[in-house]
Amino acid sequence: MSTFYFIAFLSIFFSILVITAKNPVHSILYLILTFATFTVHYILMNAQFVAIVNFIVYMGAILVLFLYTLMLINLNKDSEPQKSNTIKIIGFIAGGCFLVAVVAALKAYQTSQLVVLQNPNLGLVKNLGKILFNEYLLPFEVSSILLLSAMVGAVLLATKEPKTT
Amino acid sequence: MQAIPLNHYILLCSIIFSIGVIGVLVRRNAIVIFMSIELMLNSVNLLLTAFSVYRGDATGQVFVFFIMALAAAEVAVGLAIIVMIYRNTNSIDINVLNRLKW
Repeated sequence: MSTFYFIAFLSIFFSILVITAKNPVHSILYLILTFATFTVHYILMNAQFVAIVNFIVYMGAILVLFLYTLMLINLNKDSEPQKSNTIKIIGFIAGGCFLVAVVAALKAYQTSQLVVLQNPNLGLVKNLGKILFNEYLLPFEVSSILLLSAMVGAVLLATKEPKTT
Repeated sequence: MQAIPLNHYILLCSIIFSIGVIGVLVRRNAIVIFMSIELMLNSVNLLLTAFSVYRGDATGQVFVFFIMALAAAEVAVGLAIIVMIYRNTNSIDINVLNRLKW
């Protein structure tokens, strides 16, 4: 019971550090820690497939992509742009208003049932694979086309244009 | 098996989502804005998984899988655009890109 609250505290703490860290490299490292806590959340819910995919895709692939781009761009702390304080305060107020609205809606709804796992092999690879390849076969294939087009687009955008003049 | 109230999952995910919103509004570095978007996507993933476990329906976890594929594609294209912007303007400050301002 208390494991969830400890991990939830850690994920909120690290995600606040992500947006407040001055150095972009530090904020990427804090983002990796945030995703690690999310993986622990998935394991606590016995969603093993999602946990493994989160570990491999987010912590492995996407964050390495971020770090690699940061290496190419060669930022440092001095070139970090800063917004004025008014904009920062307005941003905090806007985000806080969003949070207050969601929490107020939650309070008005007023239900608090427990999240209990009825079927213990709900999130296992076997069960999810059956659903994915029976009911969601077409979206699965379409997502492969999406990934292919994203790859081609990224290569096209990132390569230098040859001088045509 | 521990039992957490569903409200606490919704509370945690909305807090992390609004931290992502604040990050998008406050920071000016394009890469940090991208990371805030990742934070928002992840909080939605966590909430989808929590509801999937709560309802005993595996469809939510399949949708989490699709969202992850979409996030990977989005990050690849977005970082390529950021590299291109850096090559053209020599900075990734988003205030340089103000041509669409009215």
